[in-house]
Amino acid sequence: MAQIIGALTSSHIPSIGNAITNGNQNEPYWKAFFDGYEPVVQWLEEQKPDVAVVIYNDHGLNFFLNNLPTFAVGAAPEYISKDEGWGLPVFPPYKGYPELSWHVIESLIEQEFDIAMCQEMAMDHAFINPLRLFWPGQNPPPIKTVPVAINTVQFPLPKPARCYALGKAIGNAVAAWPTDEKVVVIGTGGMSHQLDGERAGFINKRFDSACMDALLNDPEVLAQYSALDLVREAGAQGAEIIMWLAARGALHGKVRQLHSSYHIPISNTAAGMLALVNE
Amino acid sequence: MTIAATVPQSPQHIPGTYIFDGRMAMKGYNLNRMCYSFNSADNRRKFKAFPEAYCHAYHLSREQIYAVTDLDVLRMLQLGGNIYYLAKLTGIYGMSVQDLGAQQTGLSLDEFRAMLASHAKE
Repeated sequence: MAQIIGALTSSHIPSIGNAITNGNQNEPYWKAFFDGYEPVVQWLEEQKPDVAVVIYNDHGLNFFLNNLPTFAVGAAPEYISKDEGWGLPVFPPYKGYPELSWHVIESLIEQEFDIAMCQEMAMDHAFINPLRLFWPGQNPPPIKTVPVAINTVQFPLPKPARCYALGKAIGNAVAAWPTDEKVVVIGTGGMSHQLDGERAGFINKRFDSACMDALLNDPEVLAQYSALDLVREAGAQGAEIIMWLAARGALHGKVRQLHSSYHIPISNTAAGMLALVNE
Repeated sequence: MTIAATVPQSPQHIPGTYIFDGRMAMKGYNLNRMCYSFNSADNRRKFKAFPEAYCHAYHLSREQIYAVTDLDVLRMLQLGGNIYYLAKLTGIYGMSVQDLGAQQTGLSLDEFRAMLASHAKE
């Protein structure tokens, strides 16, 4: 049976993509941030996972408000990158894994997650930037992907507890996939930040630190927050931590922390990364 | 601090924060639909050539057209704009999210950046 070897969570800030494209990794503003990913990049090189289930939020590229699913699973042979409207480059397509996607979809419906199913999906920076961070110099990375989109654009957002349960159900689905493939689950977004309103620039280091701790030791408690609680504590876009919670949910066994990093600020955001592995 | 100690009651209102709920989504639908069109370079070019005419084609209200042509982010939020879509509009004019933050908080760009950096010392 397929094995989930770890859950990796990472910020997906657009400017990270530009920094990689422009080769700014060693500049003073960026160096500490990129150095924080090194141990996980090494671990991935050693482990060589076959598949990444990438839990991310679309920012108005693939989905518009006319037709917006709360949870959507991609089932395409490849996922294209597309013009997001403000100057990020477009890349060659990312490799899909439709057979596993359909298995996950069937399993999720069986577990009463009535997700939307997408045979075409365009990926934005929320999917692309974490892959570029975890597999530097390889875009697209040498891995098959199953994208899972969670709505963070339009309220009501799904409850954090529901996102955590979705992650658990994804974990069950992967565990029942009859191959010996290695799978990583990636949750993208966060940490605390707010782009809009008079409170723009809000960052909450204390809360981010408590989240990192809870994701390792006590995810059920973090899942008790409402989406609005997360907005208040982590900023309007800090609610993206629900993708981290979903990725954490996919780890069923005993979990230990491989590595974490945290850096203020990247653009308007407290940038965070957490790598948790199944013991 | 553990997370358990901090689980709060849901607030009715978060100061300085616009929750994009159904009410706002109805109000801002045309504005957001217009901004969504800016995923196309051709549409960005058309908008930039004739902003008001482009707004009319998407049936924006007079108030929304003023907010758009003034690039007044708070006003656009109040009129139902969603920041993920508005960023595609402000991007046409080369505004970064830090420019947006400075405008909304009434700080200079340098002051806004200094405020962001100051959180590292919390």
